[in-house]
Amino acid sequence: MSRSGGSALLRETRRNLTAHAFLIGAVLCFALFSWYPMIREFITSFQKVRGGQTTWVGWHNLNQIVHDPSFGVAWRNTGEFTLLALVFGYAMPFFVAVVLNELRHAKGYLRVVVYLPVMLPPVASLVMFQYFYNPQYGLFNDILHSLHLPTSTWLQNPSLAMLCVVIASTWMNMGSAVLIYLAALQGIPGELYEAAELDGAGLLRRIWHVTIPQTRLILSLMLLLQIVSTMQVFVEPFVLTGGQGVNNSTTTIVYLIYQYAFNFQNYGAASALGLVLLLVLAVFSALYVRVSRAAEQ
Amino acid sequence: MASATVDSATRTLISQVQLNRRHGKAIYWTVLTVVLVVFSLVFIGPLYFMVTGGLKSTQEAIQSPPTLYPHHLHPSTYSTAWGELNLAQLLENTLLYAFGALAFQLVFDVAAAYALSKLRPIFGNAILGMMLATLMIPATVLVVPQYLTVLNLPIVHLNLLNSPWAIWLPSVTSAFNIFLLKRFFDSIPQDLLDAAAIDGAGPVRTLCSIVLPMSRPILAVVSIFAMVNVWKDFLWPLLAEPDPTKQTLNAGIYSLSQGVSENVLIAASAISAVPTIIFFLIFQRNILSGLTAGSLKG
Repeated sequence: MSRSGGSALLRETRRNLTAHAFLIGAVLCFALFSWYPMIREFITSFQKVRGGQTTWVGWHNLNQIVHDPSFGVAWRNTGEFTLLALVFGYAMPFFVAVVLNELRHAKGYLRVVVYLPVMLPPVASLVMFQYFYNPQYGLFNDILHSLHLPTSTWLQNPSLAMLCVVIASTWMNMGSAVLIYLAALQGIPGELYEAAELDGAGLLRRIWHVTIPQTRLILSLMLLLQIVSTMQVFVEPFVLTGGQGVNNSTTTIVYLIYQYAFNFQNYGAASALGLVLLLVLAVFSALYVRVSRAAEQ
Repeated sequence: MASATVDSATRTLISQVQLNRRHGKAIYWTVLTVVLVVFSLVFIGPLYFMVTGGLKSTQEAIQSPPTLYPHHLHPSTYSTAWGELNLAQLLENTLLYAFGALAFQLVFDVAAAYALSKLRPIFGNAILGMMLATLMIPATVLVVPQYLTVLNLPIVHLNLLNSPWAIWLPSVTSAFNIFLLKRFFDSIPQDLLDAAAIDGAGPVRTLCSIVLPMSRPILAVVSIFAMVNVWKDFLWPLLAEPDPTKQTLNAGIYSLSQGVSENVLIAASAISAVPTIIFFLIFQRNILSGLTAGSLKG
């Protein structure tokens, strides 16, 4: 009894050791590049980091970033981007998916074409958009000109710059949303449309009473996902306008973090601002988890 | 994609009957044509300008109004871009980082998912929970502390800046990949593994000869997204590989874009886009199905 118990324990220990040996690589990477940085983000936000020396400064960093005039501007711009991105990047892919789902021809081609920009290196796409937006020789002004419409300075116009960034971003990213919606639309049972039609529901009422309720879950998950990802926008304004744009018109929160950390080497302030962003996004992330849990049940 | 007949087509928003009416047919073909034209213009158009822009001379590239096609062919723009922006080096770096990240993810993430799914060690669920918790942390929030970590690795005090490890190792921390792999491994019947164990196969043998061959579809999805992520990432390679000779195509073109004429920059963009387009056209089936399989099932 005691001998078999002992060997069972040995076996158990051996199994655990093997399993942990399999885990060790991933766990070490997570520890170094995810878990430790998470703790460090928190600690650094209360520190001043100068040439390897760290001193404790308490709430000073938070105080500094909140009183920086860029703080309000960056939140306003980030909010503007997120709102515009929802109008373009959220509603439009759904509309596109609904239309594509009705087409019986060239479906494969259309799916490939709409997803192609998602695969491109973002800088390549943004270089093209910068070229198109150029006030002197850009394609967009040329199109407006040939339609006898007033031309624009696009990215250099502070009140239009963010919209320009959103348009480029939508072009680059909408493909994945379209395909996710398409998959969701294909899961709607045809009988529901049949029944609605027999009840005399027209096209719009069928969309309203069948399509939207049937995809509501994906729609709400995508809404939360998009809010979380668009509030972290960085590469689009960074490449298109250098980050700030004219009169800080495209300064976003993540750009501000970048600036604190890598232009001013003020890692403390950068971490504090990161923590603020994290807290704001935590609300949406928590909602996302709740909705997707509800979806599983 | 043959045109669907009444019985094989699943009913969508608009019924087949409605489409078969003369009126319905006219509307359908109009919509189809409009969609085809608009989509091709909007999504292929910029790519056309990218490829042809690289064939234009500097003067033609910044000519107003822009030319629809290069009136004077300057293929030398591409070679200028290749040389001036050192694209061979950037391409080589990108490939090195992408394949390295792929290898690290395949080895470490597959091993971890296998351990969590089949070997079920003590604290396994806690470890998985801590990995999944990282999905809740916005990636950009961690960029600054990650950079500080790479600058001076704790305990061993190594500086990974400008080394491929700074890209390879963090790429392993893809909680989503581990989650996808674990879910797939969970669906492999335990009986098969038990039978292998009776035959004397150890965990490594079991993993290699039973689990991996059965997991090809999910391995393809994970591999593709591992490669694409490295190819598309911008901020992290820009920070972790500040040396221009160590950068990826995506970050490198940005860093070197100042002071380069417009047509050369466009040619460089086109060159950096070509591998991803070819890759996409080859693997489009896996990518498109992987996208919908992998997303929103969490």
